[in-house]
Amino acid sequence: MFTARGKRSVFAVGLVAAAALALTACASSNPLDEPSDSGESSGSGDTIVIGSQAYYSNEIIAEIYAQALEAADVKVDRQFSIGQRDAYWPDVESGDIDIFPEYTGSLLEFISDDEIDVTSPDDVFAALQDTLPEGLTALDYAEASDQDSYTVLKSFAEENGLTTIGDLSKVTSQVTIGAAPEFEQRPYSPAAAKEVYGVDLTFSATGPTTLESLLAGQIQVADIYTADPAFETEEIVALEDPENLIISSNVVPIVSSDIADDVSDVLNAISAKLTGEELVALNVLSTVDQQSSADIAKKWLEDNDLV
Amino acid sequence: MNLFAEAFAWMLAPEQWTGNYALPKLLAEHLALTAISVLIAAVIAVPIGWLIGHTGKGREIAVAVSGAARAIPAFGLMILLVLLLGVLRIPEAAVITFVLLAIPSLLAGAYTGLEAIDRRIIDAAKAMGMTSWQVFWKVEVRLGLPLLVGGIRSALLQVIATVTIAAYVNLGGLGWPIIQGIPLQKFDQVLAGAILVAALALVVDLLLAAAQHAAVPAGLRTGSAPKRRERARSQASATATATA
Repeated sequence: MFTARGKRSVFAVGLVAAAALALTACASSNPLDEPSDSGESSGSGDTIVIGSQAYYSNEIIAEIYAQALEAADVKVDRQFSIGQRDAYWPDVESGDIDIFPEYTGSLLEFISDDEIDVTSPDDVFAALQDTLPEGLTALDYAEASDQDSYTVLKSFAEENGLTTIGDLSKVTSQVTIGAAPEFEQRPYSPAAAKEVYGVDLTFSATGPTTLESLLAGQIQVADIYTADPAFETEEIVALEDPENLIISSNVVPIVSSDIADDVSDVLNAISAKLTGEELVALNVLSTVDQQSSADIAKKWLEDNDLV
Repeated sequence: MNLFAEAFAWMLAPEQWTGNYALPKLLAEHLALTAISVLIAAVIAVPIGWLIGHTGKGREIAVAVSGAARAIPAFGLMILLVLLLGVLRIPEAAVITFVLLAIPSLLAGAYTGLEAIDRRIIDAAKAMGMTSWQVFWKVEVRLGLPLLVGGIRSALLQVIATVTIAAYVNLGGLGWPIIQGIPLQKFDQVLAGAILVAALALVVDLLLAAAQHAAVPAGLRTGSAPKRRERARSQASATATATA
């Protein structure tokens, strides 16, 4: 069935495949690792580069930073909507981006190689400061957070008398929690909730449809991030977490250490005024009223006497 | 440690064989989605392909539609359908996506199978007194079977590869380790998922290659058979002339 030429080409293909497989032995465990740069500082000394995630809420915060700095006579170069951490973090580390609005807990989870055993806002912030590389500084963190939560419909909470996560054990029928796929393996997963609060939850990887599934009644609890505008527009409530199961993730400006002193006054003043409710309200202006991040930032800075 | 070694270590770890996301369960979900989608696509595409091949009409439209449908961005379409149909219809949205993906290969397999048949064989069948239906079932479909199985093979491979995205909308499948592993930065898990999908695709491909080979009627297979018949025929004629 095989001709002699056929056999030889099959052998050659097999050899190439084996060689390719062997070469991957040289690869590191993390294929997304960038070759390590020695921290270069950004090009021109005058202009400060501010980046943002491809997330409207993060862009609003970055725009607030940008306008506040411009009002303080600093030249700003905006590089917004870059993408996820895999995309932008190497540039932040190398100093190509000077300021980035981040979230303490989720950034710590991203950069830390060890297991994280802290959850309160202060502890997470301290751990983040320890873990950040030399060239980066975390300025003051805001009260505003964008962290995971165990959220239920207000009607469900009233029917079953729920205020804390632990109260979920009062519910007699099966309780399913919906969240992004990685939630199942996080230190605040349903398995961890069983250990800390003694509640039995089934996990459903609802991912992008989490809010819709909660509203449709498919799931009883949902992991809705605390800055989600749905907290204002829908009848949902986040259950309290007295045992600090869930890692705090507050808004924090990550800046290159060499410009940290120049910008800290402006950015810390912003963080002082940015509460959780304020952030949700800003997000509602973007998603419901469809205002641009520039307009939202301008109005907020004026209302809070920061410009 | 080599990433490949870590991936195999992950696969063999006991956590992966129990619980809601056990590998056998994910495999079953993956195969179920694939089978249902290809079956529905076959029910739609194969009769239409046979019609096109039998009558010879509508070929250009079929080719154009097949070509265009192959370019569908499956992930985008699935998310769009989930948004349109709502969260209570997620399985339907996913299956529609995979069906649309499988149709081009099945359609092509069906009509090329029939087109490839020598017209003289059809004439011979008619000359033998077969009715139109008999010609269709006994001759055209039977001879077109290898190319149809080839189309099924191609469709199955495409769908197996694409069903990995079903994990994104909570339908499980072998895409789950990939979709969960990336945000967790557990690349041994991601690679393990990728290896499993690739291995499944290879196994299915080999099985269907064998099926495709078996679908060729015995008399038409290349290899020793014609040579034996040639020898038998020449021996018969030699003995015939010898005895004559």
